[in-house]
Parts: sequence; C-alpha cells; structure tokens
Amino acid sequence: MMPELGKYASEVMSAYAVSLLLLAALLVVTLWRGRAARRALEETEAEAGRRG
Amino acid sequence: MRALLLRDLRLALRAGGGFGLGLAFFLIVVMLVPFSVGPEAQLLQAIAPGVLWLGALLACLLSLDRLLALDLEDGSLELLLTAPLPLEGALAVKALAHWLTTGLPLVLAAPFLGVMLQLAAPGHLWLLISLALGTPALSVIGTFGAALTVGIKRGGLLLSLLVLPLYIPTLIFGAEVARRGAAGLDASTPLLMLAGLTLAVVALMPFAAAAVLRMGLR
Amino acid sequence: MSLWQYANPVKFLALSARVQPALWALAAVFTGVGLLWGFFGTPDDARQGSTVKIIYLHVPAALMAINAWFMMLVASLIWLIRRHHVSALAAKAAAPVGLVMTLIALVTGAIWGQPMWGTWWAWDPRLTSFLILFLFYLGYIALWQAVEDPDTAADLTSVLCLVGSVFAVLSRYAVQFWNQGLHQGTSIPVATGNRSVADVFFYPLVMAMLGFGLLFLALVVYRTGTEIRLRRTSALRARMNRGA
Repeated sequence: MMPELGKYASEVMSAYAVSLLLLAALLVVTLWRGRAARRALEETEAEAGRRG
Repeated sequence: MRALLLRDLRLALRAGGGFGLGLAFFLIVVMLVPFSVGPEAQLLQAIAPGVLWLGALLACLLSLDRLLALDLEDGSLELLLTAPLPLEGALAVKALAHWLTTGLPLVLAAPFLGVMLQLAAPGHLWLLISLALGTPALSVIGTFGAALTVGIKRGGLLLSLLVLPLYIPTLIFGAEVARRGAAGLDASTPLLMLAGLTLAVVALMPFAAAAVLRMGLR
Repeated sequence: MSLWQYANPVKFLALSARVQPALWALAAVFTGVGLLWGFFGTPDDARQGSTVKIIYLHVPAALMAINAWFMMLVASLIWLIRRHHVSALAAKAAAPVGLVMTLIALVTGAIWGQPMWGTWWAWDPRLTSFLILFLFYLGYIALWQAVEDPDTAADLTSVLCLVGSVFAVLSRYAVQFWNQGLHQGTSIPVATGNRSVADVFFYPLVMAMLGFGLLFLALVVYRTGTEIRLRRTSALRARMNRGA
C-alpha cells in the first residue's frame, strides 16, 4: 500500500507531517475557541435573562 | 503650519527631545558592525552600503514612537485634531520635522561613517543621494505607523513590527542605489524607482496617517 | 433579497449553521481525496523523484496564503465603506488561517528545496515575498490584539490591510528587481492555459487546491461565528455591568 518514496522518503514524509500537524493545530485551536465562545455567550445570556 | 514646524523643531532640539539620539544610535550600529563581522577592509567595503542603509533605517525607527505620543500626553494632539489646519497637513509637517531632526543628520553623517567602513570612493556621493531621497519616505511611512499605534499603551514594539515591513521597498531601492554606486555601476534605474516611491509615499501617506489618527482617537 | 442581508450577525449565524456541515464535509472530501490521490496514486517525477508529492501541499497552501490576504482586503473595504461588523470580524477570523497557510507554504518549500536546490532557503523573490507576507500577517494580527475597543481595532486593521496590500505589491516588485530567482514559474498559468504540470499530477493538485479553498472557507465561516459570539458576550457583559 505504501508507495515507494525512494531516497527522498524523509523529505516527503516530513513535509506531510509538518503540514498536517499545522492544519490540525489550527483546527483544534479554532474549535476550542469556538466552543469556549459558545459557552461564554450562553452563560452570559442566561445571566442577563435572570437579571431581567 | 510654519508655527507647528518650528514648535516641533524646537521641542526636538531642546534637551531630552531626542535630537542627536538617532545620530548616536547610527554611529553605534556602524561601530558594532566591524566588531561582529571582523575588521577586514574588503569584507567591510562589500557590505558598507547595506550596513549604512540599515543603520539609517533603524535610527529613523528609533524616534518614531515619540513622534505623536508626546503630543498625545500633553494634549496638543487634540488641539491639532480640532485645529483649522487639516490634519493631513499637520501630519505632513510633523513628518517633515521628524525628517529634519532625524533623517537629515543621518544623511549628512553617512558619508563620514562610510569612510570608516571603507566605502569605495564613488559610493559616498551615491550613498548621500540615495539616503537624501529615501529617508523622507521613511519619515512619512513612520508617521503613518505612529498614527496607527498612538492610542496603544506600550505600542513601541508593535510600531516596529508594523513599520519595518513597510520599509522594505524603500530599503531595497535605496541600498541598491548605494551598492551600484559604490561598485561603479549605473545606478539610475533604482534611483528613479526610489525617487518615485518617495514622491508617491509623501503624497499619499499623510492621508492614510490622518485617517487612522482620527479613527484611533475617536 | 440581497447578499447584504447576511451582513446581519444573526442571519449570518443562522446561515452559517445551515451551510457548515456541507462545507466541512466537502472540504474534508476534497482535501482528503486530493492529498491521498497525490500521495498514493501518482508516479514519481523523472527529475524530482518522490519530492514531487510535496506539490499537493505546497501549491494549495501558497494559493490560499495569497487569497486569504485578498479576502481580508475585500472584507476590510466592505467594513470601511458599509460598516458591517460581520465583515470586519471575517477579516479578523481569516488572518490566522492565512498565517498558517503561509507557514505551510514556507516550510514545505524549504523541505522540498533542500534536496532539489541544495538549500533550505534561498533569497529568491518568491520565497522572500512569502516571508514578507508572513510578516504582514503577524503585524495585522498583533494590531488586532493590541487595540482594546473593537470598532477602533476594526478600523485600524482595515486601513493597515489596505496600506499593507499596496506595500506588499510594491515589495513584490522591489524584491524581483533586487534578485532574480531560482523558483520555477507559475505551475498553472490561467491566462495562457499552457500548464507546466503533467495531467497525472494536475488532477490531484486541482482537487487539493479546491480542498484547501473549501477548508479555508469552512474555517473562516466557523471562526467568524466565534468572533461574533465573543463580541456579543462582551457587549452583554458591558451592558450588565452598566445596569448593576
């Protein structure tokens, strides 16, 4: 299944690894911040609702 | 406008105004270069135009954060905002004052420092010309940067981060003029590019600076 | 009905909630297929060997790095002219994505350049321009973080984006003037149609480019939603504090 990468295997693999890692990090940070923002807004809205 | 110019010049010349500080910084940078790369005359000669341009650029940057911050502190910036004089004009004058107190001394000092760095003989004139043409652009772009960060506490570092990338075209053309001049090549193409760039920047940047200053202090 | 109705944050959130599942799915499919096809299903290049596979990351990332800035420019203009908050927040949301794309393009380029050009880094016009673009992203993001009042921050960053765009183009030409490069020309010149990439590499590359584009879109839509919620939270907090 794994293609024969020849003598440049380490270069190709590291390029994919670094890029996917960077994308994954961006994705995780984005989702984490999004979740936190959603929660904060819900809490604040609930609080605002209680106070009237 | 003349009153504003004279006021800025007088403030800069007064003790603690920062006049001469840029010049001293320039001298120190140039002095540190042989310490860091070694004293061989040939190597110094090769890098002299670039080092002098870079030193002048950094020295210009040094005094930018005082350009508007001091006026904000003593309230004269608000006066400028409400003054009958258009803010664009006021900022152009302030940029001119900055150039007269920072850029011009650098331009005049550069050939002497060039001697210390073994700059080749025809290079001095070209260096002088390129700096004389390029440093006004640095002052005007810097005024925009100062206007952008004036409302920010401790904005000095941010100012450098924002302004330095904007300095790239000026540096490239200016240093290219000095390098070609020092090497005895034809330097007219980068010289024209540099002149065009400076004229465009001087004409347009005060408007951008005034716009961000109004936004920032609203 | 006009496009501008989505400038309303509530409408934007409702729409983004509707399109996001499809957007993410499409982005995942195109990126996945493009990259997997490129990685497993394409032959090695005669000269470059297997390093040609890096192109499926490098070119799409570079494309999106530039397009992200362009999108920020358009969004900044819309904010300055029509003062739609969603627009300003979308520009803010896009900047870190563009930054990461620029970083990917630079890193994959360096990894590819090491065996092919014999160096990780050369002061080539394209490489240098991307480094400059990276600095512009950093400055833009730093300015957003430094200004406290959100509307002022939107104003200032918008103008910075405009001025930065002019200077980025200037730098591009200045850098070209300064040094002739090593970097090969555009892989897929749209205007001439004479692409320098063979079909076997071309189709997965287009898939990956579409995938990265969709991924960028999905990320920006999601992040804009986040920014809208953060803004509303702080606005509510401010109102409650005033009331209390």
